[in-house]
Amino acid sequence: MKNEIKTMRDAFIEKVYNCMYKDKDIFFLSADFGAPKLDKIREQFQERFINVGIAEQNLINISTGLALEGFTVYAYAIAPFLTMRPYEQIRNLSLLLQIKKDNVNLNLIGIGAGLSYDVSGPTHHCLEDISIIRTLPNFTVFSPSDWSMAEKFVDYSIKVKKPKYLRFDGKPLPKIYSSFESADLEKGFYELARGDRLCIVSTGYMTHKALKVANELLNNKIDVGVIDMFILKPINEDLLFDFLKNYQYIITLEEGFINCGGLDSLIANILTNKNSKIILKRMGFKDRYVFEMGNREYLHKQVGLDERNILKTIKEVLA
Amino acid sequence: MENNLDLIEILKQKVLWVRKETLLIHKIAQETRLASSLSDVEIFVVLYYGNILRFDPANTRWENRDRFIISKGHGAISLYPIFADLGYFDRKELGRVCKEGSFLGGIPDPSIPGFETINGSLGHGLGVACGISLALKKKDRNENVFVLLGDGELYEGSVWEAIMFAGHHKLDNLTLVVDNNKVCMLDYCKKILDLEPLDEKFKVFNWNVKIVDGHDIDQLCNALTSFKVERNDKPKVLIANTIKGKGVPSLETDSLSHIKVLKEDEIDTIIEGLK
Repeated sequence: MKNEIKTMRDAFIEKVYNCMYKDKDIFFLSADFGAPKLDKIREQFQERFINVGIAEQNLINISTGLALEGFTVYAYAIAPFLTMRPYEQIRNLSLLLQIKKDNVNLNLIGIGAGLSYDVSGPTHHCLEDISIIRTLPNFTVFSPSDWSMAEKFVDYSIKVKKPKYLRFDGKPLPKIYSSFESADLEKGFYELARGDRLCIVSTGYMTHKALKVANELLNNKIDVGVIDMFILKPINEDLLFDFLKNYQYIITLEEGFINCGGLDSLIANILTNKNSKIILKRMGFKDRYVFEMGNREYLHKQVGLDERNILKTIKEVLA
Repeated sequence: MENNLDLIEILKQKVLWVRKETLLIHKIAQETRLASSLSDVEIFVVLYYGNILRFDPANTRWENRDRFIISKGHGAISLYPIFADLGYFDRKELGRVCKEGSFLGGIPDPSIPGFETINGSLGHGLGVACGISLALKKKDRNENVFVLLGDGELYEGSVWEAIMFAGHHKLDNLTLVVDNNKVCMLDYCKKILDLEPLDEKFKVFNWNVKIVDGHDIDQLCNALTSFKVERNDKPKVLIANTIKGKGVPSLETDSLSHIKVLKEDEIDTIIEGLK
Protein backbone atom coordinates (compact mmCIF):
# COMPACT_ATOMS: atom_id res chain seq x y z
CA MET A 1 0.00 0.00 0.00
CA LYS A 2 1.54 3.27 -1.02
CA ASN A 3 1.82 6.09 1.47
CA GLU A 4 -0.68 4.81 3.96
CA ILE A 5 -1.63 7.36 6.60
CA LYS A 6 -1.26 6.09 10.17
CA THR A 7 -0.50 7.22 13.67
CA MET A 8 2.95 6.44 15.02
CA ARG A 9 1.42 4.92 18.13
CA ASP A 10 -0.74 2.43 16.24
CA ALA A 11 2.20 1.32 14.08
CA PHE A 12 4.40 0.99 17.16
CA ILE A 13 1.82 -0.70 19.39
CA GLU A 14 0.80 -3.21 16.73
CA LYS A 15 4.41 -4.32 16.44
CA VAL A 16 4.75 -4.50 20.23
CA TYR A 17 1.59 -6.61 20.30
CA ASN A 18 3.14 -9.06 17.85
CA CYS A 19 6.36 -9.17 19.87
CA MET A 20 4.44 -9.91 23.08
CA TYR A 21 3.43 -13.32 21.71
CA LYS A 22 6.98 -14.61 21.62
CA ASP A 23 8.61 -12.34 24.21
CA LYS A 24 6.95 -13.07 27.54
CA ASP A 25 9.03 -10.43 29.32
CA ILE A 26 7.22 -7.44 27.81
CA PHE A 27 4.90 -5.39 29.98
CA PHE A 28 2.74 -2.52 28.75
CA LEU A 29 1.58 0.04 31.32
CA SER A 30 -0.73 2.95 30.71
CA ALA A 31 -1.84 5.94 32.77
CA ASP A 32 -5.42 5.35 31.62
CA PHE A 33 -4.59 6.35 28.07
CA GLY A 34 -5.54 4.26 25.06
CA ALA A 35 -5.18 3.78 21.33
CA PRO A 36 -7.18 1.72 18.85
CA LYS A 37 -4.39 -0.85 18.58
CA LEU A 38 -3.87 -0.94 22.33
CA ASP A 39 -7.22 -2.68 22.74
CA LYS A 40 -5.68 -5.84 21.30
CA ILE A 41 -2.96 -5.84 23.97
CA ARG A 42 -5.52 -5.15 26.69
CA GLU A 43 -7.60 -8.12 25.59
CA GLN A 44 -4.93 -10.62 24.64
CA PHE A 45 -2.34 -9.92 27.33
CA GLN A 46 -4.37 -9.01 30.39
CA GLU A 47 -1.61 -10.30 32.67
CA ARG A 48 0.94 -7.98 31.13
CA PHE A 49 -1.15 -4.89 30.51
CA ILE A 50 -1.59 -2.69 33.56
CA ASN A 51 -3.61 0.49 33.77
CA VAL A 52 -2.24 2.34 36.79
CA GLY A 53 -4.97 4.96 36.58
CA ILE A 54 -4.41 8.65 36.03
CA ALA A 55 -1.25 8.51 38.11
CA GLU A 56 1.85 9.30 36.08
CA GLN A 57 4.19 9.28 39.08
CA ASN A 58 3.12 5.78 39.95
CA LEU A 59 3.30 4.81 36.26
CA ILE A 60 7.04 5.52 36.28
CA ASN A 61 7.68 4.00 39.70
CA ILE A 62 5.80 0.77 39.01
CA SER A 63 7.49 0.53 35.62
CA THR A 64 10.89 1.08 37.22
CA GLY A 65 10.26 -1.75 39.67
CA LEU A 66 9.26 -4.12 36.86
CA ALA A 67 12.26 -3.07 34.77
CA LEU A 68 14.63 -3.59 37.72
CA GLU A 69 13.44 -7.19 37.85
CA GLY A 70 14.41 -7.66 34.23
CA PHE A 71 11.21 -7.00 32.33
CA THR A 72 11.00 -4.87 29.18
CA VAL A 73 8.52 -2.16 30.05
CA TYR A 74 6.55 0.34 27.99
CA ALA A 75 5.04 3.20 29.99
CA TYR A 76 2.41 5.00 27.98
CA ALA A 77 0.71 8.38 28.51
CA ILE A 78 0.07 11.78 26.97
CA ALA A 79 3.50 13.34 26.33
CA PRO A 80 3.34 16.51 28.45
CA PHE A 81 1.89 14.61 31.40
CA LEU A 82 4.29 11.68 31.03
CA THR A 83 7.35 13.91 31.03
CA MET A 84 6.42 16.69 33.40
CA ARG A 85 4.23 15.30 36.20
CA PRO A 86 6.71 12.54 37.10
CA TYR A 87 9.91 14.34 36.16
CA GLU A 88 11.64 13.42 39.40
CA GLN A 89 10.69 9.76 39.03
CA ILE A 90 12.23 9.89 35.55
CA ARG A 91 15.32 11.57 36.94
CA ASN A 92 15.63 8.81 39.53
CA LEU A 93 15.57 6.34 36.68
CA SER A 94 18.43 8.20 35.04
CA LEU A 95 20.37 8.09 38.30
CA LEU A 96 19.63 4.42 38.85
CA LEU A 97 20.73 3.40 35.41
CA GLN A 98 24.16 4.85 35.93
CA ILE A 99 24.67 2.33 38.74
CA LYS A 100 22.70 -0.65 37.39
CA LYS A 101 23.93 -0.34 33.84
CA ASP A 102 22.64 -3.56 32.37
CA ASN A 103 19.30 -3.97 33.97
CA VAL A 104 16.76 -1.25 33.27
CA ASN A 105 14.79 -1.37 30.04
CA LEU A 106 12.07 1.19 30.43
CA ASN A 107 10.54 2.86 27.39
CA LEU A 108 8.48 5.96 28.02
CA ILE A 109 6.03 6.51 25.20
CA GLY A 110 4.65 10.03 25.09
CA ILE A 111 1.79 10.70 22.70
CA GLY A 112 1.05 14.16 21.43
CA ALA A 113 4.40 15.76 20.63
CA GLY A 114 4.31 19.48 19.90
CA LEU A 115 0.89 20.74 18.88
CA SER A 116 -0.68 17.35 18.16
CA TYR A 117 -3.44 18.17 20.62
CA ASP A 118 -4.04 21.51 18.95
CA VAL A 119 -7.52 22.39 20.20
CA SER A 120 -6.99 21.00 23.70
CA GLY A 121 -5.01 24.09 24.57
CA PRO A 122 -1.66 24.84 26.16
CA THR A 123 -1.81 22.23 28.95
CA HIS A 124 -1.82 19.58 26.21
CA HIS A 125 0.71 21.25 23.93
CA CYS A 126 4.07 19.58 24.48
CA LEU A 127 6.76 22.20 23.94
CA GLU A 128 9.24 21.44 26.71
CA ASP A 129 9.82 17.69 26.57
CA ILE A 130 12.87 17.62 24.31
CA SER A 131 14.88 19.99 26.45
CA ILE A 132 13.90 18.57 29.83
CA ILE A 133 14.45 14.91 28.96
CA ARG A 134 17.56 15.61 26.90
CA THR A 135 19.21 17.11 29.96
CA LEU A 136 19.02 13.78 31.82
CA PRO A 137 22.12 11.59 31.50
CA ASN A 138 21.74 8.03 30.22
CA PHE A 139 18.51 8.66 28.29
CA THR A 140 17.82 8.08 24.62
CA VAL A 141 15.35 10.53 23.07
CA PHE A 142 13.56 9.28 19.96
CA SER A 143 11.46 11.70 17.92
CA PRO A 144 10.35 10.02 14.70
CA SER A 145 8.84 11.83 11.77
CA ASP A 146 6.76 8.96 10.42
CA TRP A 147 5.11 5.74 11.49
CA SER A 148 7.41 3.42 9.58
CA MET A 149 10.31 4.71 11.65
CA ALA A 150 8.29 4.35 14.85
CA GLU A 151 7.54 0.75 13.92
CA LYS A 152 11.22 0.02 13.25
CA PHE A 153 12.09 1.34 16.69
CA VAL A 154 10.29 -1.55 18.44
CA ASP A 155 13.14 -4.02 17.87
CA TYR A 156 15.65 -1.43 19.02
CA SER A 157 13.61 -0.70 22.14
CA ILE A 158 13.67 -4.36 23.14
CA LYS A 159 17.31 -4.93 22.27
CA VAL A 160 18.84 -1.82 23.87
CA LYS A 161 18.25 -2.10 27.61
CA LYS A 162 18.31 1.56 28.61
CA PRO A 163 15.70 4.14 29.54
CA LYS A 164 14.29 5.80 26.47
CA TYR A 165 11.82 8.53 25.77
CA LEU A 166 9.77 8.07 22.62
CA ARG A 167 7.84 11.16 21.57
CA PHE A 168 5.15 10.35 19.04
CA ASP A 169 2.96 12.73 17.10
CA GLY A 170 -0.71 12.28 17.92
CA LYS A 171 -2.11 12.73 14.42
CA PRO A 172 -2.20 10.22 11.55
CA LEU A 173 0.53 11.16 9.09
CA PRO A 174 1.78 9.84 5.76
CA LYS A 175 5.07 8.00 5.44
CA ILE A 176 8.18 10.00 4.66
CA TYR A 177 10.54 7.09 4.31
CA SER A 178 9.88 4.51 1.61
CA SER A 179 12.37 2.00 2.93
CA PHE A 180 13.61 2.94 6.36
CA GLU A 181 16.05 0.37 7.66
CA SER A 182 16.77 -0.44 11.27
CA ALA A 183 20.43 0.21 10.58
CA ASP A 184 19.56 3.85 9.81
CA LEU A 185 18.28 4.26 13.36
CA GLU A 186 21.70 4.22 14.96
CA LYS A 187 22.79 7.24 12.92
CA GLY A 188 20.02 9.35 14.47
CA PHE A 189 19.32 11.60 11.48
CA TYR A 190 18.70 11.43 7.76
CA GLU A 191 19.40 13.94 5.03
CA LEU A 192 16.14 13.80 3.11
CA ALA A 193 17.18 16.46 0.60
CA ARG A 194 20.57 17.84 -0.30
CA GLY A 195 20.50 21.59 -0.74
CA ASP A 196 22.77 24.32 -1.89
CA ARG A 197 23.43 27.03 0.69
CA LEU A 198 20.73 26.46 3.28
CA CYS A 199 19.48 23.43 5.20
CA ILE A 200 16.38 23.01 7.32
CA VAL A 201 16.92 20.81 10.37
CA SER A 202 13.67 19.54 11.85
CA THR A 203 12.16 16.80 13.97
CA GLY A 204 8.83 14.97 14.16
CA TYR A 205 5.85 16.61 12.51
CA MET A 206 7.87 19.62 11.40
CA THR A 207 9.87 17.43 9.01
CA HIS A 208 6.67 17.07 6.94
CA LYS A 209 6.48 20.83 6.81
CA ALA A 210 10.17 21.19 5.99
CA LEU A 211 9.71 18.89 2.99
CA LYS A 212 6.74 20.92 1.75
CA VAL A 213 8.72 24.12 2.06
CA ALA A 214 11.70 22.57 0.28
CA ASN A 215 9.48 21.43 -2.59
CA GLU A 216 7.91 24.83 -2.86
CA LEU A 217 11.33 26.46 -3.05
CA LEU A 218 12.42 23.97 -5.65
CA ASN A 219 9.70 25.38 -7.92
CA ASN A 220 11.48 28.72 -7.55
CA LYS A 221 14.78 27.03 -8.38
CA ILE A 222 16.03 27.31 -4.80
CA ASP A 223 17.63 24.13 -3.50
CA VAL A 224 17.41 23.80 0.28
CA GLY A 225 18.47 20.76 2.24
CA VAL A 226 16.34 18.94 4.79
CA ILE A 227 17.80 16.96 7.66
CA ASP A 228 15.36 14.95 9.76
CA MET A 229 16.59 14.49 13.33
CA PHE A 230 14.94 11.46 14.88
CA ILE A 231 17.33 10.67 17.73
CA LEU A 232 17.88 13.78 19.80
CA LYS A 233 20.06 12.03 22.32
CA PRO A 234 22.68 10.65 22.08
CA ILE A 235 24.08 12.64 19.16
CA ASN A 236 27.00 11.70 17.00
CA GLU A 237 28.28 15.25 16.61
CA ASP A 238 31.08 14.46 14.16
CA LEU A 239 28.81 12.56 11.83
CA LEU A 240 26.08 15.18 11.93
CA PHE A 241 28.53 18.03 11.41
CA ASP A 242 29.85 16.31 8.30
CA PHE A 243 26.43 17.03 6.80
CA LEU A 244 25.85 20.45 8.39
CA LYS A 245 29.18 21.82 7.20
CA ASN A 246 28.04 21.67 3.58
CA TYR A 247 25.80 24.66 4.25
CA GLN A 248 26.18 28.36 4.98
CA TYR A 249 22.84 28.69 6.72
CA ILE A 250 20.83 26.37 8.94
CA ILE A 251 17.24 26.88 9.98
CA THR A 252 15.93 24.76 12.83
CA LEU A 253 12.23 24.07 12.82
CA GLU A 254 10.44 22.72 15.88
CA GLU A 255 7.16 22.78 17.73
CA GLY A 256 8.90 23.64 20.96
CA PHE A 257 10.39 26.55 22.87
CA ILE A 258 13.58 27.87 21.28
CA ASN A 259 16.74 28.97 23.11
CA CYS A 260 15.89 26.55 25.92
CA GLY A 261 17.68 23.29 25.18
CA GLY A 262 15.54 21.88 22.38
CA LEU A 263 16.48 20.98 18.81
CA ASP A 264 17.81 24.48 18.10
CA SER A 265 20.10 24.39 21.11
CA LEU A 266 21.36 20.98 20.15
CA ILE A 267 22.42 22.26 16.71
CA ALA A 268 23.81 25.50 18.16
CA ASN A 269 25.99 23.49 20.54
CA ILE A 270 27.44 21.47 17.70
CA LEU A 271 28.20 24.61 15.67
CA THR A 272 29.90 26.18 18.68
CA ASN A 273 31.88 23.05 19.49
CA LYS A 274 33.11 22.89 15.90
CA ASN A 275 33.98 26.62 15.74
CA SER A 276 31.67 26.80 12.76
CA LYS A 277 30.78 30.03 10.99
CA ILE A 278 27.48 28.63 9.76
CA ILE A 279 24.64 31.07 10.50
CA LEU A 280 21.83 29.55 12.55
CA LYS A 281 18.24 30.75 12.48
CA ARG A 282 15.94 29.18 15.07
CA MET A 283 12.22 28.81 14.35
CA GLY A 284 9.86 27.62 17.04
CA PHE A 285 7.97 28.95 20.02
CA LYS A 286 9.19 32.15 21.59
CA ASP A 287 8.87 32.52 25.35
CA ARG A 288 5.08 32.30 25.36
CA TYR A 289 2.28 29.72 25.46
CA VAL A 290 -0.48 29.72 22.87
CA PHE A 291 -4.04 30.08 24.15
CA GLU A 292 -5.56 30.97 20.76
CA MET A 293 -8.02 28.34 19.57
CA GLY A 294 -7.80 26.64 16.20
CA ASN A 295 -6.30 23.70 14.36
CA ARG A 296 -2.59 23.03 14.04
CA GLU A 297 -2.20 25.17 10.93
CA TYR A 298 -3.98 28.06 12.59
CA LEU A 299 -1.73 27.76 15.65
CA HIS A 300 1.34 27.64 13.41
CA LYS A 301 0.28 30.96 11.93
CA GLN A 302 0.05 32.44 15.43
CA VAL A 303 3.65 31.54 16.21
CA GLY A 304 5.19 31.94 12.77
CA LEU A 305 5.62 28.27 11.94
CA ASP A 306 3.28 28.40 8.94
CA GLU A 307 4.63 27.64 5.48
CA ARG A 308 4.36 31.20 4.29
CA ASN A 309 6.44 32.55 7.15
CA ILE A 310 9.02 29.81 6.85
CA LEU A 311 9.37 30.56 3.12
CA LYS A 312 9.65 34.26 3.85
CA THR A 313 12.30 33.65 6.51
CA ILE A 314 14.34 31.45 4.20
CA LYS A 315 14.20 33.99 1.39
CA GLU A 316 15.30 36.73 3.78
CA VAL A 317 18.19 34.64 5.02
CA LEU A 318 19.30 33.85 1.48
CA ALA A 319 18.86 37.41 0.20
CA MET B 1 4.66 -16.61 69.42
CA GLU B 2 7.67 -17.00 71.72
CA ASN B 3 10.90 -15.54 70.51
CA ASN B 4 14.17 -17.19 71.27
CA LEU B 5 15.40 -15.34 74.33
CA ASP B 6 19.01 -15.63 73.26
CA LEU B 7 18.19 -14.02 69.94
CA ILE B 8 16.33 -11.17 71.60
CA GLU B 9 19.29 -10.53 73.84
CA ILE B 10 21.66 -10.57 70.86
CA LEU B 11 19.45 -8.12 69.00
CA LYS B 12 19.33 -5.79 71.98
CA GLN B 13 23.11 -5.76 72.10
CA LYS B 14 23.21 -5.06 68.36
CA VAL B 15 20.85 -2.15 68.83
CA LEU B 16 23.16 -0.59 71.41
CA TRP B 17 26.14 -1.11 69.16
CA VAL B 18 24.39 0.35 66.08
CA ARG B 19 23.30 3.42 68.09
CA LYS B 20 26.84 3.95 69.25
CA GLU B 21 28.29 3.53 65.74
CA THR B 22 25.65 5.88 64.32
CA LEU B 23 26.64 8.52 66.84
CA LEU B 24 30.28 8.00 65.95
CA ILE B 25 29.46 8.49 62.27
CA HIS B 26 27.64 11.69 63.12
CA LYS B 27 30.70 12.81 65.05
CA ILE B 28 32.84 12.73 61.90
CA ALA B 29 30.05 13.61 59.45
CA GLN B 30 27.85 16.30 60.89
CA GLU B 31 25.95 16.60 57.61
CA THR B 32 24.20 13.32 58.47
CA ARG B 33 20.67 13.39 59.82
CA LEU B 34 21.15 11.87 63.24
CA ALA B 35 17.69 12.05 64.84
CA SER B 36 16.00 10.39 61.86
CA SER B 37 18.68 7.68 61.84
CA LEU B 38 18.09 6.81 65.48
CA SER B 39 14.36 6.13 65.34
CA ASP B 40 14.75 3.21 62.93
CA VAL B 41 17.68 1.38 64.56
CA GLU B 42 15.57 -1.46 66.04
CA ILE B 43 13.74 -1.85 62.70
CA PHE B 44 17.02 -2.29 60.80
CA VAL B 45 18.45 -4.61 63.44
CA VAL B 46 15.42 -6.90 63.47
CA LEU B 47 15.23 -6.99 59.67
CA TYR B 48 18.92 -7.87 59.21
CA TYR B 49 19.75 -9.91 62.33
CA GLY B 50 16.34 -11.22 63.33
CA ASN B 51 15.96 -13.80 60.55
CA ILE B 52 13.55 -11.62 58.61
CA LEU B 53 15.42 -10.58 55.48
CA ARG B 54 17.04 -13.11 53.18
CA PHE B 55 20.25 -11.65 51.75
CA ASP B 56 23.79 -12.43 50.68
CA PRO B 57 26.38 -9.66 51.09
CA ALA B 58 28.69 -11.53 48.69
CA ASN B 59 26.08 -11.40 45.96
CA THR B 60 23.98 -8.24 46.17
CA ARG B 61 21.99 -9.24 43.09
CA TRP B 62 21.21 -12.74 44.32
CA GLU B 63 17.88 -13.63 42.78
CA ASN B 64 16.55 -15.25 45.96
CA ARG B 65 17.18 -12.20 48.14
CA ASP B 66 14.33 -10.33 49.72
CA ARG B 67 14.21 -6.84 48.30
CA PHE B 68 14.51 -4.11 50.91
CA ILE B 69 13.73 -0.63 49.64
CA ILE B 70 14.75 2.15 51.97
CA SER B 71 12.61 5.10 51.04
CA LYS B 72 13.55 7.38 53.93
CA GLY B 73 17.08 7.98 52.73
CA HIS B 74 17.77 10.71 55.25
CA GLY B 75 17.37 8.34 58.14
CA ALA B 76 19.52 5.46 56.98
CA ILE B 77 22.93 6.30 58.41
CA SER B 78 22.27 3.67 61.07
CA LEU B 79 22.34 1.07 58.33
CA TYR B 80 26.01 1.77 57.53
CA PRO B 81 27.41 -0.05 60.58
CA ILE B 82 25.04 -2.95 59.94
CA PHE B 83 26.17 -3.26 56.33
CA ALA B 84 29.80 -3.11 57.38
CA ASP B 85 29.21 -5.73 60.07
CA LEU B 86 27.47 -8.04 57.61
CA GLY B 87 30.31 -7.73 55.11
CA TYR B 88 28.75 -5.59 52.39
CA PHE B 89 31.85 -3.42 52.66
CA ASP B 90 34.92 -2.97 54.86
CA ARG B 91 34.42 -1.61 58.37
CA LYS B 92 37.05 1.03 57.82
CA GLU B 93 34.63 2.76 55.44
CA LEU B 94 32.65 3.83 58.52
CA GLY B 95 35.48 6.18 59.37
CA ARG B 96 35.21 8.06 56.06
CA VAL B 97 31.49 8.83 55.77
CA CYS B 98 30.99 12.02 53.72
CA LYS B 99 34.74 12.27 53.13
CA GLU B 100 36.42 12.53 49.74
CA GLY B 101 36.50 9.24 47.89
CA SER B 102 33.98 7.53 50.19
CA PHE B 103 30.85 5.94 48.77
CA LEU B 104 29.03 6.48 52.06
CA GLY B 105 27.34 9.86 51.95
CA GLY B 106 24.89 11.82 54.05
CA ILE B 107 22.14 10.08 52.12
CA PRO B 108 22.76 6.55 50.85
CA ASP B 109 22.41 5.65 47.18
CA PRO B 110 22.65 2.47 45.13
CA SER B 111 26.39 2.83 44.60
CA ILE B 112 26.57 1.37 48.13
CA PRO B 113 26.61 -2.44 47.92
CA GLY B 114 23.27 -3.72 49.19
CA PHE B 115 21.22 -0.59 48.49
CA GLU B 116 18.53 -1.37 45.96
CA THR B 117 17.25 1.98 44.69
CA ILE B 118 17.44 5.76 44.74
CA ASN B 119 16.03 7.20 47.95
CA GLY B 120 17.32 10.74 48.38
CA SER B 121 14.14 12.45 47.35
CA LEU B 122 11.22 11.26 49.43
CA GLY B 123 8.11 9.37 48.46
CA HIS B 124 9.52 7.20 45.67
CA GLY B 125 10.35 3.93 47.39
CA LEU B 126 6.91 2.43 47.80
CA GLY B 127 5.93 2.83 44.14
CA VAL B 128 9.14 1.19 42.91
CA ALA B 129 8.67 -1.54 45.52
CA CYS B 130 5.14 -2.16 44.19
CA GLY B 131 6.63 -2.68 40.72
CA ILE B 132 9.16 -5.14 42.14
CA SER B 133 6.44 -6.98 44.12
CA LEU B 134 4.36 -7.26 40.99
CA ALA B 135 7.35 -8.51 38.99
CA LEU B 136 8.11 -11.20 41.59
CA LYS B 137 4.49 -12.33 41.54
CA LYS B 138 4.46 -12.50 37.74
CA LYS B 139 7.59 -14.63 37.93
CA ASP B 140 5.96 -16.87 40.58
CA ARG B 141 8.74 -16.14 43.02
CA ASN B 142 8.21 -16.14 46.76
CA GLU B 143 10.70 -13.51 47.90
CA ASN B 144 9.42 -10.70 50.08
CA VAL B 145 9.64 -7.01 49.38
CA PHE B 146 10.15 -4.79 52.41
CA VAL B 147 9.98 -1.01 52.39
CA LEU B 148 10.96 1.47 55.07
CA LEU B 149 9.12 4.76 54.91
CA GLY B 150 9.19 7.71 57.26
CA ASP B 151 5.82 9.01 58.41
CA GLY B 152 6.67 12.43 56.97
CA GLU B 153 6.92 10.82 53.54
CA LEU B 154 3.22 10.09 53.72
CA TYR B 155 2.66 13.71 52.74
CA GLU B 156 3.89 12.86 49.23
CA GLY B 157 0.96 12.16 46.90
CA SER B 158 2.93 9.52 45.02
CA VAL B 159 2.96 7.37 48.18
CA TRP B 160 -0.84 7.24 48.14
CA GLU B 161 -0.86 6.33 44.45
CA ALA B 162 1.26 3.35 45.44
CA ILE B 163 -0.84 2.50 48.52
CA MET B 164 -3.91 2.39 46.28
CA PHE B 165 -2.10 0.29 43.67
CA ALA B 166 -0.78 -2.27 46.18
CA GLY B 167 -4.21 -2.79 47.72
CA HIS B 168 -5.93 -3.19 44.38
CA HIS B 169 -3.32 -5.59 43.00
CA LYS B 170 -3.28 -7.66 46.22
CA LEU B 171 0.49 -7.38 46.63
CA ASP B 172 0.73 -9.69 49.63
CA ASN B 173 4.48 -10.19 49.17
CA LEU B 174 4.92 -6.54 50.15
CA THR B 175 5.52 -5.34 53.71
CA LEU B 176 5.75 -1.65 54.43
CA VAL B 177 7.29 -0.48 57.69
CA VAL B 178 6.39 3.06 58.63
CA ASP B 179 8.93 4.60 60.99
CA ASN B 180 6.29 6.62 62.78
CA ASN B 181 8.56 9.02 64.66
CA LYS B 182 5.96 11.76 64.38
CA VAL B 183 8.36 14.59 63.59
CA CYS B 184 9.12 16.18 60.22
CA MET B 185 11.86 18.70 59.55
CA LEU B 186 10.16 21.74 61.03
CA ASP B 187 7.57 20.41 63.44
CA TYR B 188 5.47 17.56 64.77
CA CYS B 189 3.40 15.94 62.01
CA LYS B 190 0.34 16.39 64.17
CA LYS B 191 0.78 20.14 63.91
CA ILE B 192 1.75 20.25 60.22
CA LEU B 193 -0.99 18.00 58.83
CA ASP B 194 -2.32 15.31 61.10
CA LEU B 195 -1.75 11.85 59.62
CA GLU B 196 -3.90 10.04 62.17
CA PRO B 197 -5.75 7.75 62.21
CA LEU B 198 -3.04 6.17 60.09
CA ASP B 199 -4.10 2.56 60.63
CA GLU B 200 -7.63 3.33 59.48
CA LYS B 201 -6.33 4.99 56.34
CA PHE B 202 -4.37 1.87 55.37
CA LYS B 203 -7.30 -0.41 56.22
CA VAL B 204 -9.67 1.34 53.85
CA PHE B 205 -7.06 0.93 51.10
CA ASN B 206 -7.23 -2.83 51.72
CA TRP B 207 -4.02 -3.29 53.65
CA ASN B 208 -3.34 -5.53 56.67
CA VAL B 209 -2.20 -3.35 59.52
CA LYS B 210 -0.19 -4.03 62.67
CA ILE B 211 0.94 -1.40 65.16
CA VAL B 212 3.94 -1.96 67.39
CA ASP B 213 6.31 -0.10 69.63
CA GLY B 214 9.14 0.40 67.17
CA HIS B 215 11.77 0.22 69.90
CA ASP B 216 10.49 -3.09 71.30
CA ILE B 217 12.53 -5.89 69.75
CA ASP B 218 10.10 -8.59 70.75
CA GLN B 219 7.11 -6.84 69.19
CA LEU B 220 9.02 -6.05 66.01
CA CYS B 221 10.22 -9.65 65.67
CA ASN B 222 6.75 -11.06 66.14
CA ALA B 223 5.08 -8.70 63.72
CA LEU B 224 7.69 -8.97 60.97
CA THR B 225 7.99 -12.75 61.32
CA SER B 226 4.28 -13.20 60.85
CA PHE B 227 4.06 -10.66 58.00
CA LYS B 228 6.93 -12.42 56.24
CA VAL B 229 5.00 -15.65 55.81
CA GLU B 230 1.50 -14.18 55.58
CA ARG B 231 -0.08 -14.39 52.11
CA ASN B 232 -3.73 -13.39 52.15
CA ASP B 233 -4.21 -11.12 49.16
CA LYS B 234 -3.38 -7.95 51.06
CA PRO B 235 -0.25 -5.85 51.31
CA LYS B 236 0.96 -5.41 54.86
CA VAL B 237 1.94 -2.36 56.83
CA LEU B 238 3.67 -2.28 60.17
CA ILE B 239 3.23 1.06 61.86
CA ALA B 240 6.22 1.23 64.17
CA ASN B 241 5.70 3.93 66.74
CA THR B 242 9.11 5.35 67.39
CA ILE B 243 10.85 8.31 68.96
CA LYS B 244 12.84 10.57 66.74
CA GLY B 245 16.36 10.86 68.13
CA LYS B 246 15.85 7.78 70.34
CA GLY B 247 18.62 7.50 72.92
CA VAL B 248 19.60 11.16 72.82
CA PRO B 249 17.49 13.10 75.36
CA SER B 250 18.11 16.49 73.76
CA LEU B 251 16.84 15.20 70.42
CA GLU B 252 13.90 13.22 71.78
CA THR B 253 12.21 16.37 73.03
CA ASP B 254 13.05 18.76 70.21
CA SER B 255 10.60 19.37 67.37
CA LEU B 256 13.55 20.57 65.28
CA SER B 257 15.64 17.46 65.99
CA HIS B 258 15.81 16.55 62.29
CA ILE B 259 18.27 19.29 61.54
CA LYS B 260 20.05 19.32 64.89
CA VAL B 261 23.78 18.69 64.98
CA LEU B 262 25.34 17.36 68.18
CA LYS B 263 28.65 18.62 69.55
CA GLU B 264 31.49 16.14 69.87
CA ASP B 265 31.62 16.14 73.67
CA GLU B 266 27.85 15.69 73.83
CA ILE B 267 28.18 12.64 71.61
CA ASP B 268 30.89 11.20 73.87
CA THR B 269 28.72 11.67 76.93
CA ILE B 270 25.73 10.00 75.25
CA ILE B 271 27.81 7.04 74.12
CA GLU B 272 29.08 6.63 77.69
CA GLY B 273 25.54 6.47 78.94
CA LEU B 274 24.09 4.12 76.30
CA LYS B 275 22.66 1.02 77.92
